[in-house]
Order: sequence, then C-alpha cells, then structure tokens
Amino acid sequence: MTDRHQPPRPGLLQRLSAWLGHHARSMVFSLGKLYRAPASTLMTVAVIAITLTLPAGFYLFMKNIENISGDLRSTTRISLFLKLDVGEQAAAGLRDRLQRQQGVADVRLISRDEALEEFRASSGLGDSLDYLKENPLPHTLLVEPASELDSPAIRQLLKRLQQQPEVDTAQLDTEWLERLYTLLDIARRAVIIISLLFSFAVLLIVGNTIRLDIQSRYQEIVVTKLIGATDAFIRRPFLYSGVWYGLFGGLLAWIIVELSAMAIAGPYQKLGQLYRSDLSLVTFSMGDFMILIGASTALGLIGSWLAVARHLSEIEPQ
Amino acid sequence: MIQFHHVTKRYPGGFEALSNVSLHLPKGEMAFLTGHSGAGKSTLLKIVSLIEKPTRGQAILNRINLGTLPRKRVPYIRRHIGFIFQDHQLLFDRPVFDNVAMPLIILGYPRNEIARRTRAALDKVGLLSKEKAMPITLSGGEQQRVGIARAVVHKPMLLLADEPTGNLDPVLSREIMQIFLDFHQVGVTVLVASHDLGLIEELGKPVITLNQGKVIHDDFGGLDDG
Ligand SMILES: Nc1ncnc2c1ncn2[C@@H]1O[C@H](COP(=O)(O)OP(=O)(O)OP(=O)(O)O)[C@@H](O)[C@H]1O
Ligand SMILES: [Mg+2]
Repeated sequence: MTDRHQPPRPGLLQRLSAWLGHHARSMVFSLGKLYRAPASTLMTVAVIAITLTLPAGFYLFMKNIENISGDLRSTTRISLFLKLDVGEQAAAGLRDRLQRQQGVADVRLISRDEALEEFRASSGLGDSLDYLKENPLPHTLLVEPASELDSPAIRQLLKRLQQQPEVDTAQLDTEWLERLYTLLDIARRAVIIISLLFSFAVLLIVGNTIRLDIQSRYQEIVVTKLIGATDAFIRRPFLYSGVWYGLFGGLLAWIIVELSAMAIAGPYQKLGQLYRSDLSLVTFSMGDFMILIGASTALGLIGSWLAVARHLSEIEPQ
Repeated sequence: MIQFHHVTKRYPGGFEALSNVSLHLPKGEMAFLTGHSGAGKSTLLKIVSLIEKPTRGQAILNRINLGTLPRKRVPYIRRHIGFIFQDHQLLFDRPVFDNVAMPLIILGYPRNEIARRTRAALDKVGLLSKEKAMPITLSGGEQQRVGIARAVVHKPMLLLADEPTGNLDPVLSREIMQIFLDFHQVGVTVLVASHDLGLIEELGKPVITLNQGKVIHDDFGGLDDG
C-alpha cells in the first residue's frame, strides 16, 4: 500500500476493460432490477411519462396552430383600390410593375367591370344596379406577398404599395392574424415555462425514487464501501437506473402523445376539409422525438445524480 | 504493519473508548485482541479499517497515517484489508459466489480470473460445492466461512476479524480459527478480536489485552518509542 508494496491489482488494460465492463454490468444490472420490480417501475415510468406528456402535448398543439396560421398567412392578400381616374391600361401597367417587385408573389387585376359583375352576383341587387349611370367601383389589384415575409415585412410592403401614385387605398385585412401571432408568442413562452416546471417535477420524481432505492440498499452500500469500492463504483448502478427511468418515461410520453394525436387526427382533418384546406395534423418530427428522449434521459440522469450526491455520502460504515 | 502512537478515541457522546493506546503489530504476525465487553476492541479495529478516526495520536498502517488520509483514498487503502464481521454481513439477495466475488469486481479483474479466484477462496473455506447456494440457506458457520472467503479472495495483506466466532459453537469456532492460522502460515498479517480466552490460549498466538480503553497486556512489548 506504499510504493514498496505491490498492491493486489490487475494490469491497467485489464482494469480499463473491467471499468467498461462494470459500466455495461451496471447498465444491465439496473435494467434487470427495474424488470424484476415491474409494478413499481411501471408506476415511476408512468408518472414521469404523464408529467412529460403535458409539455410535449402542448408543444405539439403549438406546432399545429403555427401550421394553420402559416397556412392562413399564405392567403394573406393586400387589396389595392386604385384611383377612379386610373384607366385599365394604367392598371395593367402597374400590375406588371408590381409583379417584378421583391416580396411580391403574385398580382391579380380585377377590372371595375369584373368587380361590378361580382358585386351584382354576390349582393343579389341584380338588375337594380343597371340604374347606376356609372360604375362606381375602381380597378383593384390583389397583391399576394411572398410566403417568406413575416408580418413586419408585410407591413413594409403595404406602406410601399400605398405610396404608388395610382393607388387610392391599400388594405391589409389581417388585424386578427396579428392578434393570433401575438397569442402564439405568448403560448410559445408558456410552453417553455411549462416545460421547465415539469422538467423540475421529473427531477423530483426520479430523485425521490432513487433515494428510496438507496435506502433499501443500505446494507449493500455499506458492505461494498467496506471492501474498498469507490464512490463512483457505488454511484454507477443508481445513475443508470435514473437514465432508464428517464428514457422509458420519455418513450412512454411520446407514445401517449402520438396516440392522442391519432385520436384527434380524424376530426381535425374533417375540420380542414370544411375550410377547403388539406390540413393534416402535424406530429413529432425526428428532431422533436430526439429532443424529447434526450431531455427526459438527461433529466433522469440529473435527478438520480442529485439523489446520489445527497444520500450516498450519508451512508458510511459504522 | 499496524502502529498506534498514543491513540485516543473519544466518541461524539464524550465517551473515551481508547485512551492513549500504543502498540505495534509487525508484518506477517498473527495476534489476538481481547478484553471485556466495551473495552474498545471493535473501536481499535474500526480505526485500522478507516471506519473511525483517532481523536488524538497517530494510527499508522504500513506507513500511511490513517487519521489524516483524505476521503478519496480510503477505498484504495481498504482494498488491502480483509474484514470479517461477527454478523458476516453477507448480501442475501445474491448467491454465495457473487458475494465472494465482490472484492474482485471492485478491483476490476477479468471475468475468468474472477471465477478462478472466487472458486479458490471458496475451496479454501470448504464451500466450493455451495457456490450457487443463497446465503440464507446456509448454516451460521457456513455463512461465516463465506464471509471469510470474501475477505481473503483478493489476497489482502491484512486480515481483521471482529469476534468471528461469537455466534458459533466450540467445534465450529476452532475450524474458523484454523482458517486464520492457515492464512497466517502463508504470510498474511492477522488480527482477531475475540472473547474466547480458552481457544486463544490453546492456539498459543500473541495476545493484546485491552481494559477500559487501555492496553494492559501486549505480547509484542508495545511500541518502543516511549
Ligand atoms: N459509535 C459510538 N458512539 C458512542 N459510543 C460508542 C460507539 N461505539 C462504541 N462506543 C462505546 O465505546 C466503548 C467501546 O466499544 P467497542 O465496541 O470498541 O467495545 P468492544 O471491546 O468491541 O466490546 P464488545 O466485546 O462488547 O464488542 C463502549 O462502551 C461503547 O459503548
Ligand atoms: Mg466489539
């Protein structure tokens, strides 16, 4: 035990492979332990999963709202009512000019005659409109902003269009869309807050489970300490238990959310059809899945680490 | 191997379990530690096995001052000690083989080496046939022998036993003591705390006697540094 005595240890390479071996063994051992106590394991995993389901589900909800609102944005149009003295030629000229501008996806010209026809059809006033001496409607241009524009950019475009000399009024009928975006922003923050809160809850759940586990293995810990196990060695199986809890909890949460989404998908699609849109429910992407599983596994590890750090050092042989 | 220089151990309650104990157990020797109940035998062994720290004085194990050893190094020192408990401290959730193999796993031996050495240790205590048995199915004497096998499986240089025969009948006690004598024969330093004065006398090994925390008899003549 001093330099003069050869300690009873195998070689470095053997020890390294033994170290890896112990990791593998701790991993399998802790998994086997969970398997041998299916009821309590299932309960812990279910509690973790349900806890994670709320932020995960809320996130998915957000994603779908964003998807719908993206859909709505692509239908955003700016109506340009031209001045009454602008002729059809000039209107067509303006259309061609705007068409080439940046930030403009498409421009459609509705001539005053077309507009009147449309009005006649939709208003039901019919022939009574014939009594009008003159068509009171101006030529109108419908400008569709490029899809990559966000709301400030669309507002800029609106301003630019307003300044065209031919234009009388430029109108963006999307005040409500603005409000939706603000709400979405609030909801996005709420998702973050909820995720943080519920992550904390997962930490507590895993930490408490591991704490109980440590207490029930009191004697084993004492004995292994007495025969020279390092703290890292004793910690390992508990940390792996935490990792398994996190991993399985995350997987179950994902399954729950996906199943719920499947239950909602039918009516959702019907709703889409009612609005003549082929809207379909957005579910977790591969990246979302990886983040959910990665985060839940990390939470399991951190939770067990906290419990181990707090309670393992309290156990000393007496 | 073990040197105590004026070691005093006072427990948190204020009780002085060891008072100014000086002694020296040379390497390769075997000795018995005796004394009335409460004399401080267990306390002395606990200091050597780094479970307790001396309140005053120096406890030295192979040139290492146990009182000032950093916590991180404690496990590495313990690996050189085989400790046998009166209540053997076996783990009842795993078979005999796994109990005995524990120190080898901690030390990082490869699988085949673990199997070989574990069987050798079980053979030495005469329990090779019980390797798959669960400890609960063994008799008290057999359990104690499993405890011994676990203590010696990694060939520690020091064997400490705290009343290893406390619960056993005379025949079994003699068997257990014989195992300690065998290890002493092959060069292991052995210190056994025991009440069993008759058996100790019969074995004719050096004795250190404690009384109320003080050494009152030491066949090694104590520590000759005053
Ligand atoms: N953790 C402790 N806290 C307070 N006092 C203790 C503690 N451990 C032991 N003691 C006291 O120290 C004294 C010596 O105890 P120790 O266990 O060393 O005696 P012993 O010689 O082993 O006795 P026995 O033969 O009964 O095992 C006893 O009076 C005991 O009450
Ligand atoms: Mg005692």
